[in-house]
Amino acid sequence: MEVPRYSERVAKGESPEILFWVGCAGSYDPRAQRVTVAFVKILNSLDIDYAILGKEEQCTGDPARRAGNEFVFQMLALQNIETLNTYGVKKIVTTCPHCFNVIKNEYPALGGEYEVLHHTQLLQSLIQEERLSLEAGTDKIVYHDSCFLGRANGEFAAPRDVLNQLTTDMVEMGRNREKGLCCGAGGAQMFKEDEPGDKRINVERTEEAIATNASAIAVNCPFCLTMLSDGLKAKDKQEEIMVYDLSELIVNNMQL
Amino acid sequence: MSIQQIAFLIVLIVTASLASKLYGRVIRNIRLGKDIEPLREQDEGRRWLNVFLVALGQKKMFKRIIPALLHAAIYVAFLFTQIELIEIIADGLTGKHRVFAPFLGNLYPVIISAIELLSLAAFAATLAFIWRRNVAKVARFQQSEMRGWPSWDANIILFGEILLIIGIFTMNMADSVLQIIDPSHYVQTGTFLISGHLGPALMGSWDPDLLGVMERFGWWLHFLVVCGFLLYLPISKHLHILFAFPNTWFASVSPKGQMKNMPEVMVEVKSMLGLTEDTGSMSEDIPEFGAQDVQDLTWKNIMDAYTCTECGRCTSVCPAHITGKKLSPRKIMMDVRDRATEIGKNLDSGNLTFRNEEARKNNHPLTSQNYADDRSLFDYITREELHACTSCNACVEACPVLINPLDIILQMRRYEILTESAGPTDWLPMFNSLENNGAVWAMSADRDAWTATDSQ
Ligand code: SF4
Ligand code: SF4
Repeated sequence: MEVPRYSERVAKGESPEILFWVGCAGSYDPRAQRVTVAFVKILNSLDIDYAILGKEEQCTGDPARRAGNEFVFQMLALQNIETLNTYGVKKIVTTCPHCFNVIKNEYPALGGEYEVLHHTQLLQSLIQEERLSLEAGTDKIVYHDSCFLGRANGEFAAPRDVLNQLTTDMVEMGRNREKGLCCGAGGAQMFKEDEPGDKRINVERTEEAIATNASAIAVNCPFCLTMLSDGLKAKDKQEEIMVYDLSELIVNNMQL
Repeated sequence: MSIQQIAFLIVLIVTASLASKLYGRVIRNIRLGKDIEPLREQDEGRRWLNVFLVALGQKKMFKRIIPALLHAAIYVAFLFTQIELIEIIADGLTGKHRVFAPFLGNLYPVIISAIELLSLAAFAATLAFIWRRNVAKVARFQQSEMRGWPSWDANIILFGEILLIIGIFTMNMADSVLQIIDPSHYVQTGTFLISGHLGPALMGSWDPDLLGVMERFGWWLHFLVVCGFLLYLPISKHLHILFAFPNTWFASVSPKGQMKNMPEVMVEVKSMLGLTEDTGSMSEDIPEFGAQDVQDLTWKNIMDAYTCTECGRCTSVCPAHITGKKLSPRKIMMDVRDRATEIGKNLDSGNLTFRNEEARKNNHPLTSQNYADDRSLFDYITREELHACTSCNACVEACPVLINPLDIILQMRRYEILTESAGPTDWLPMFNSLENNGAVWAMSADRDAWTATDSQ
């Protein structure tokens, strides 16, 4: 599909308005790739002036930093910042709340200052500007807050605003917003076995979502997506309940 | 000067000198930590807001309404009783009786009545708290770190509160009767809302001498319990009634997701990547990164630990704890406090074996700077606990006094990975592919290969 590269645009003497930061999951994980593709479709259909770094993008370093490996984090972050600053990037949008958090809150101390948006924030403003109009359906959809968009950055409204445009029947779990329960992936847990315990965190969260009787779970994070999908499999509910990123729900709604 | 005045003065002086010593120790223990980054002026407003809303206004408590109301009853009573306490001190020093009454006139019985009402509410709340902890056994007080002293600590204070309230009412009831039968010695204050009726009803027929003794008993009980409280706080979770204020002031106002940068690592990596001129200033010593012990944390981390109320709100929302992992953020805070206290005790012992090698060689006296023993925070906090954290910030969000357990966990992880080159082996492939491929998974495909997958 047609995805503009930042380097090509800059070579033509243009400077795209927004850089879409794809992230490791969005680039490599087959399920998260579908979210990336969905988001690109939205950007393309609305003629947003954007580009990706492509091969020049590297991991933001978030999992390394949270695991405690500051060296690897700094290595990746400083190289990314070098790339971003060379291109003169001003505004970044990302489909991953971990990338969002690190670039927005932690890159400035390393010399990288940008306006950073999570894709649900961009979608929210596109709706507000009436560039994106959706027709609300009636599916019962439950929303799951990611820790890094929600508690870590206080963004609870944008994804809910978007979801409310998609369905008239959005429901909440008991633990929502500030009290939302983690999916279990953060802090580099995604990349290791669980410590000994009684239960997996994603199963605990999935059970809560199942109890709402929703037909779908809406998420804003590729890792939540994996974790809750695994949770549904563990509960043998993967046929009845789907997990979607908000951008996928939009693509379905717009029939792109 | 009467004997009572002398006794009062002695108790006051002894309490004050003991208090300065005990609080001095806590402050010394907190200062074992490293300096924090200077506070930015533009955040001042938000810091004051935290002090007013979170510490004074108990905003975070109201996420759970029942304990919030019970706690508020005790807290408001505590604040108002300070008026009575100031009068007690004034009375004690001057040898007079109810010195505020003539000044406050008609307002005096209103204030005392308000204190009595609040004390009654606090009494009920205290009983409810004792019941919640010991009979209903509310889940967040049952974790292993609460066994032994911590649960005693909670009950001791609740018992002290009951004593205090008994003191207040005994004094006021006896005084109410004495005002009637011995108006020349007992200043007329006007009727107190509760004791003004309860006193005559219960003690109306008592001997005046006995009433005089009861009045003094209540007065001294109130005063002595307060002195006891003051000296007890430094070894108790109840230190939060004082420390909540500075602790909310110094709490971070950055987004919760933001981790502190490590400039010392940044400098090295920059020169490694050729992003700066290599100044050759890199030190020859093997550098230590992250936190192995409380001295490697900041003093704010240690103040957090001394401010912890052991309420367990953090632990009860921790996803790792909920799913049966060993991690409990409350225990992290208690461990940091206990380790700081251990070091403090060793410093107080003056035992010269607690000096580091260099100080021993040069025969320097033992100070907090040259302290060394063969223990560390890792003797309190296991790696399994550190590895179970998802950095979800639920504990940080839940804490009623703005403590950050996650910050400590992450600093200890840094020590484990950077200084010890240890940590979960599962992470090694991740670190390797990050270093070699710039991606979290080892992938042979290009990072933008997905663009070829086309619409699915
Ligand atoms: S940040 Fe870590 S310790 Fe705190 S609640 Fe989350 S998992 Fe538990
Ligand atoms: S850290 Fe905060 S929430 Fe946790 S036990 Fe201590 S005071 Fe309570």
